[in-house]
Amino acid sequence: MTMGYVHSVESFGTVDGPGIRFIVFLQGCALRCLYCHNADTWDFKKNNHRSAEDVIQEALSYRPFMEASKGGITISGGDPLAQPEFLEALLREAKKHGLHTTLDTSGALRPPNLDAILDHTDLVLLDIKHIDDDMCKKLTGRSNANTLALAEHLSERGTKMWIRHVLVPGWTLEEGALRRTAAFIQKLDHVEKVEILPYHEMGVYKWEALGLDYPLKGTKPPTSEEVEWAEGILQGTV
Amino acid sequence: MATEIKSAWSGFVPGQWTNEVNVSEFIRLNRHEYTGNDTFLAGPTEATNVLWNRVMELTKEERERGGVWDVDQHTPSTIVSHGPGYLNKELEKVVGVQTDEPFKRSIHPNGGIRMVDAALESYGFEPDEEITKIYSEIRKTHNQGVFDAYTPEMRAARKSGIITGLPDAYGRGRIIGDYRRVALYGIDFLMAERKKDLAKRGGFLSESDIRDREELSEQLRALQELKQLGAAYGFDLGRPAENTQEAYQWVYLAYLAAIKEQNGAAMSLGRVSTFLDVYAERDLEAGRLTESDVQEIVDHFIMKLRIVKFLRTPDYNELFSGDPTWVTESIGGMSEDGRSNVTKSSFRFLHSLTNLGPAPEPNLTVLWSTKLPEGFKQYCAKMSIETSAIQYENDDLMMPQFGDDYGIACCVSPMKIGKQMQFFGARANMAKALLYSMNGGRDEKSGAQIAPVWEMNTEDVLTYEKVYADFDRTLDWLAELYVNTLNVIHFMHDKYAYERIEMALHDPEILRTMACGIAGLSVTADSLSAIKYANVKPVRNEEGVIVDFETEGDFPKFGNNDDRVDAIAVELVESFMEKVRKHKTYRDALHTQSVLTITSNVVYGKKTGNTPDGRRAGEPFAPGANPMHGRDTKGAAASLSSVAKLPFEHAQDGISYTFSIVPKALGKEEIARELNLAALLDGYMSGEHKGHHLNVNVFNRETLLDAMEHPEEYPQLTIRVSGYAVNFIKLTREQQIDVINRTFHGSL
Repeated sequence: MTMGYVHSVESFGTVDGPGIRFIVFLQGCALRCLYCHNADTWDFKKNNHRSAEDVIQEALSYRPFMEASKGGITISGGDPLAQPEFLEALLREAKKHGLHTTLDTSGALRPPNLDAILDHTDLVLLDIKHIDDDMCKKLTGRSNANTLALAEHLSERGTKMWIRHVLVPGWTLEEGALRRTAAFIQKLDHVEKVEILPYHEMGVYKWEALGLDYPLKGTKPPTSEEVEWAEGILQGTV
Repeated sequence: MATEIKSAWSGFVPGQWTNEVNVSEFIRLNRHEYTGNDTFLAGPTEATNVLWNRVMELTKEERERGGVWDVDQHTPSTIVSHGPGYLNKELEKVVGVQTDEPFKRSIHPNGGIRMVDAALESYGFEPDEEITKIYSEIRKTHNQGVFDAYTPEMRAARKSGIITGLPDAYGRGRIIGDYRRVALYGIDFLMAERKKDLAKRGGFLSESDIRDREELSEQLRALQELKQLGAAYGFDLGRPAENTQEAYQWVYLAYLAAIKEQNGAAMSLGRVSTFLDVYAERDLEAGRLTESDVQEIVDHFIMKLRIVKFLRTPDYNELFSGDPTWVTESIGGMSEDGRSNVTKSSFRFLHSLTNLGPAPEPNLTVLWSTKLPEGFKQYCAKMSIETSAIQYENDDLMMPQFGDDYGIACCVSPMKIGKQMQFFGARANMAKALLYSMNGGRDEKSGAQIAPVWEMNTEDVLTYEKVYADFDRTLDWLAELYVNTLNVIHFMHDKYAYERIEMALHDPEILRTMACGIAGLSVTADSLSAIKYANVKPVRNEEGVIVDFETEGDFPKFGNNDDRVDAIAVELVESFMEKVRKHKTYRDALHTQSVLTITSNVVYGKKTGNTPDGRRAGEPFAPGANPMHGRDTKGAAASLSSVAKLPFEHAQDGISYTFSIVPKALGKEEIARELNLAALLDGYMSGEHKGHHLNVNVFNRETLLDAMEHPEEYPQLTIRVSGYAVNFIKLTREQQIDVINRTFHGSL
C-alpha cells in the first residue's frame, strides 16, 4: 500500500481539466514562486497521511458527477511530482477504475518513474512559469529546463496537454517573453488548450498565516484587457 | 356528446379521456415532445412590454406604500365577491385579478379574523367593525375551532417553539386543483360528473358519508360560481376551451377562483405548460398563431401569476419571508410512454424569465430526469445561471411512484394532480427536542416544563449512548403530540375553511397525506456527532438546566460526504418517520414528512438555545436539509452527496437543499458552465443515493451585499431561499444576512 501526504481534496473542480473533477492537492513543492497562492502546500509531512486506495475510493463516490460531465480526477498540489511514487500509485489506482486522469504540475522535477506516471495520465496541465531561465530562477527559485523538457517529452510521446501561464505584472506581462513562450508552444504537438491564469492576491493570507513576508506586496492583478491580449499572443492570434 | 365539445376537441387523438375526466391520458396521447434547443423562442411583444412596465410601476408603488398597495377590508373574498379588474383591458391576452384592481388585496376571514385584523392594522388599514363582529360572534373561524380543541400541552409546545409554523391561524394551502380540467372539459361536463358522484352516496349515511355529501354539494356550488366569474369577464366557462388563448384563460380563471377563496400558504398551479402546449401546437399548425403570438399569451399568463397577492401579517412574514405565494408550476419530467414531457411550451415558460426579467413567482420547478432531452437540460442550466429563479426536483425518484402527472405543491411536495392532497403540517424542531431530552423535558430558554418530567442528564461529559436514548424517548413524545395537533388543525380546516373549488377539481375519491416535517436536521446531526466524536461538557445553571456546552476536539460535520455523521442524519429522518407512523391520522391520511424549513430556519434558530455543535443560542439553523453554513468544506459534490443520502422513502413530502455557487466555480467558459451545472444535477440525482430537490443560486456574495445597500437598483434580483424564490430586497434584514452567510461554493 503506497502512502502519501494529502493537503486537501475538492469534490467539485471545474477548471483543472475537463468536466467535473475530484481534485487531490498533494503536499510538497520544489518551487517557491513569489506569487504562490497555496504556500501552505510547500512543506511535506504536515498531516493527512493516506493510502492511494483510500483517496481513490473517496474519488469514486463522485463517479455520477464525473460520468455526467465527462470529468475525472486531477492530481494537483503543491507539485504532485514531489511525491512521485504516491502520484504513480494514485494514477494507477484511478485508471484501474476507469477514471479520466489529469496531472497538474510545473514540471520542475524529473522523477525516475516519470514515464510510469505518464502511462497512467490522460492529460497534463503544464504550468510554464517563465520562458527565460534566469527570470524563472528569480521568480520560482529553480531553472525552467525540466519544465521545457517535459513539454517536449509529452509532445513526443503523444500525451495531451493544456499549457498554462500565470500572468504577473512586472514578471511575465511583457511582450518579448510572451512571444518567446508562444514560439515554444507552437513547436509542440498535442497541445489542446493554452490558458492564461491571471495573477491574484487571494493566497496572500496564507503567507501571513505561515508567518512569511509576501514578496509581491503591492503587485496588482492584470486588467482583463491585458489578460485577453496575452492570451491572444500565446494562442497565436495577436 | 354536445357538438361544442366535438369542435373544441377537433384534431385531438381520442381515448378514455373523451368519456371520463383523464387529463393525464389526454397529455400522453396529444403532446408534441420537443428535443431541440432554444433558438425558436420569441422576444416580448410591444403589449407585453407595456403591461410589464405597468406591473413594475405598481410594484414600486406597493413598496413605497409599505408593502401593501391597497386592501378591500369590507368584503370577504369569495369566487364572485369582486371584479372584473384589469391591468390594461385592451392589451391583455389573459385577464382577471383577485379584486376589482390589480395589487388590491382582499380579506379571507374564514381562516381567522384576528389574523385579518392584525394584518390590516400592521399595514395601516382600519379593520371593518361589522366584519370583525360577524366573524367573532356569528360565524366561527378555523382559528377559533382549533383553539377550542387544542390541549394545554399543544398550546405549550406551540408557544415554546418545539412545533412552529402550524397552519392554525392561516390557510393551510398546498392543495392543487386540476385547473386544466376546466379548459379541457368545460364546467358543464364537470358538474354533470359531480352530480353523479353525489347521487352515488345514498342509503345509510355514516358520518363520513354525510361529510362527503356536504362537500360534494359545496363543490358543485363552487363550480357554478366559477362559471359566474367567467361570465363577469365575458367568457362561457361552461363549454371547453376552443383555442390556445381560451385554454390559458380557462385555466387561469379556475386558478383565480381558488386564490379568491383561499389565502393558503402555498397556492400551487400544478403542471399546466405541457397540457397547454397541445392547444398551441394545434393553432400553430393551422396557421392561426405565430410563435410570437403564443409567447405573448404565455407571458401574459405568467404576469398574472406574478401578481398574486394575499394579506398576511408580519409574523407570518418571519416564517415565510418575502411575501411568497408558491404559485408552483412543474415543468418537464418523463412520461410513462418513455418519451419526455418536454415541449416547446416548457421552454416558453422558462423564457418568460428573459422576456419579463427574473421573478420569484411563479415558482418554476423543473422535474429533472437524467433522461430529459439534452437541449432542454442545457437551456435550464443557462436560465439558472442567468436568473437563479429555478428549482429542480428528481423525476427519476418520483415518477415510479407518482406517475407522469404529478405536480409539486409549495416547495417540494409531490402529489398526483387531481388525485391527491396533503394536510400541511409545518415542522417539529429536532434541535430543541435534543435539548429537552437532556433537561428532563424543560425548555432550555424559559425553564418551563413542556414535555413530561424526565430525569435530567447529570453527566460531566456527555456520552452518546445516554444522550441518544433520552433523545429517542423525547422524539416518541414529540411525534405523538405533533400528529395529534395536526389532526385537530385539519379537522377544523375542513370544517370552517374548506377548499371547495380546489376539491371540485379533484377526483371524488382521493389520497390524503399527513405532511409532517422536521427542522434543524443538520444542527442536530452535528450536535450528536460532537457528542460522539469530540468531548462535550455541559454547562448548567443553578436549576441544573443545561444552558451551554464546552466542546473540545474536532468532529465530522454533515455536508462533507462523511458517513460517520451522515449516517446520524439518515437515522434521524428514518426514526422520526417511524415514530410519526405509529399515530392515527385524521381522515386516515398517509403519514409523510419533509425536511424543509422554508425560511423558518431563522425563527427556529432564534427560539433555540446553545447547541453542542458550537452553534450559539439564537443563531439560525441551516434551511431544510442544508449542511450548517460554512461547515461543508470539501466542495459542492461532497455537500450534495451528503444530502442525497437522506432517504426519500422516509421523507416523501420532500427533502430541500438550497445551494449557492459562484459563477466561476462552474467553469471558465459560458458553455462549460451550462454543461457542468446540468451535469451537477445529473450527478446529484443519479448514482447510489439520489438527491430529491435542489435550489440553484448562481451569483457572487458581493451582488447580495450591494443589493442590501442599494435595494432600489435591484427590483428584480431573485434568489432561491428554500423551496421557493424571493425578491432579495423583500426579505427581512435578518433573512438577508442569513442568506449571505450561507456557504457559497467556490468562493474563498
